[in-house]
Amino acid sequence: MFHFYEAELIAAHRYKHRLYLKPTTKIPTPKKEAPMTQAAPQSTHFWQGNEGCAEGAIAAGCRFFAGYPITPATEIAEHLAKRLPQVGGIAIQMEDEIASLGAVIGASWAGAKAMTATSGPGFSLMQENIGYAFMTETPCVIVNIQRAGPSTGQATKCGQGDVMQTRWGTHGDHAMIALSPNSVQEMYNLTIRAFNLAERYRTPVVLLADEIIAHMREEITTPQLKEIEIVDRKKPKRTEKTFFGSQDIPPMPAVGEGYNIPVTGSTHNETGHRYTADPIVHRKLVERLVGKIERNADQLIEYEGYNIDECEAGIISYGCTSRAIYETVELAKKEHIKTGFIRLKTIWPFPDRVIQRMAQNTKALFVAEMNLKQLFYEVKRAVEGTVSVFPINKIGGGEMITPGELLSEIVRRTRNLD
Amino acid sequence: MPRRVEIRITGLGGQGVVLAGEILGRAAVYDGKHAVQTQSYGAEARGSAARSEVIISDEKIGFPKVLKCDILVAMSQSALDKHLKDLKAKGTLLTDEDSVKTIPKTNARVFRVPATRIAETELKSRIYANVVMLGAVITITNLVTKEATEKAIMNSVPEETRKSNLEGFRKGMMQEFIYPI
Repeated sequence: MFHFYEAELIAAHRYKHRLYLKPTTKIPTPKKEAPMTQAAPQSTHFWQGNEGCAEGAIAAGCRFFAGYPITPATEIAEHLAKRLPQVGGIAIQMEDEIASLGAVIGASWAGAKAMTATSGPGFSLMQENIGYAFMTETPCVIVNIQRAGPSTGQATKCGQGDVMQTRWGTHGDHAMIALSPNSVQEMYNLTIRAFNLAERYRTPVVLLADEIIAHMREEITTPQLKEIEIVDRKKPKRTEKTFFGSQDIPPMPAVGEGYNIPVTGSTHNETGHRYTADPIVHRKLVERLVGKIERNADQLIEYEGYNIDECEAGIISYGCTSRAIYETVELAKKEHIKTGFIRLKTIWPFPDRVIQRMAQNTKALFVAEMNLKQLFYEVKRAVEGTVSVFPINKIGGGEMITPGELLSEIVRRTRNLD
Repeated sequence: MPRRVEIRITGLGGQGVVLAGEILGRAAVYDGKHAVQTQSYGAEARGSAARSEVIISDEKIGFPKVLKCDILVAMSQSALDKHLKDLKAKGTLLTDEDSVKTIPKTNARVFRVPATRIAETELKSRIYANVVMLGAVITITNLVTKEATEKAIMNSVPEETRKSNLEGFRKGMMQEFIYPI
């Protein structure tokens, strides 16, 4: 009781003297001659995946980061805590992951491009706010560096077990965009793309990476800033009244611009007002939110393909696991098996069409992933029984599926099919 | 044939094996080669098994992990016992002389480097054992140039330890500290 009384007293004192307006910590102002006052210049570096992600965020225009430390994503927070003040941005450590995404959503509504980074346990905590960001159409980027779960699992070891959680983790009907990098270069490139998609479609975007890609170091080339495509959210005209409908992707005002609109996770109409009983308003809103991603799937989906239209065995993989497929293709040539692959850069929305294309031209599909069959069932759904689909899975200890293991499974299955 | 070398640096958490791998990979990139460095470590800050793997190649690198290594560095007995089986026949093995007491029979080229001792006596801290060992690795294998490695050290370690790290690296490069058996 005493503490409560004391807090009340302080609050009253602050209010009286308007002290609450003063920030309790000094926000660092960018130094004029700081070593790097903007995104990293064009150059080749030897960076960790997490550094690539952080620098990609800065290049994309991210100026707010809120997060809570967690292996194997901490380096992103560490790097941005150092770099964001140099470019006039803010990095803040919150009390947990729920608050982290809350702060990011708030920053986005204040007009900033904002991001958080976490791993499985933190990603679980963020699910509620991911739904809120989706429902309120808040552009933001959530980086999930996957590790071996469930729960705290093997904190320092790699896994790819959050694929379905990314798609369906938050409750209710929704659609998600998730990108999957397989190199340090892509940690940089796809982070920029994640921001661009978040801004273009006014929706949260997940960069679904994994421990191996995030902790790996390799060479990466940062392009000249003018060569990087940057998308900014559509701003409303002064006369505009509807920010939650009337068009597929409505313009987004920022707090303080004078539009005085409500923002709510409850069902709302085009002006943002709550309508929690009207079936039509709910249907219209949620169908539009899901539809704006489903209808634009072709623009969202990116993949790397090889021999898609002509192969005996087709491998489907993503993230760190997909680093094995290049050598597998070479090894299979020696066994006289023509292999092809689809390496997913976009996991959600799921690229049904290209998978179906490969299914028409192959004897068997192999889905390689570091989990116990998550994307496997998506592939099975997409091909609708037209071709055999075999899972290749491995979990534990961060051990990757090796090219040799992929090959032996492909050899075994394809020879049995003859 | 394009040259491709796979190195595994092993030891205990806190010995700097991950940093040693990072420096080696960065130096290779400065030399104009392709390099990938990966790591594996325990949840503890110190004392659990740690390893760092580097692949240096003239070609783009696909699979980033080392399955069979050309060069194995063991900074602890347990690390050697665990990883010696993954060293290719006629590979190169470097061990920390004081930490690794018994070396099983092997057909590898074996070098015992008193890295921890040099770091303790000459640099007054065992934390520099990793760069001393790195100096020995580079002298024996010529994987990367001395200049590139020194530049990589400068860009990889905290500013206040740059001098000591460079000194440790140079001591490791001095031939008389390396005893082939």
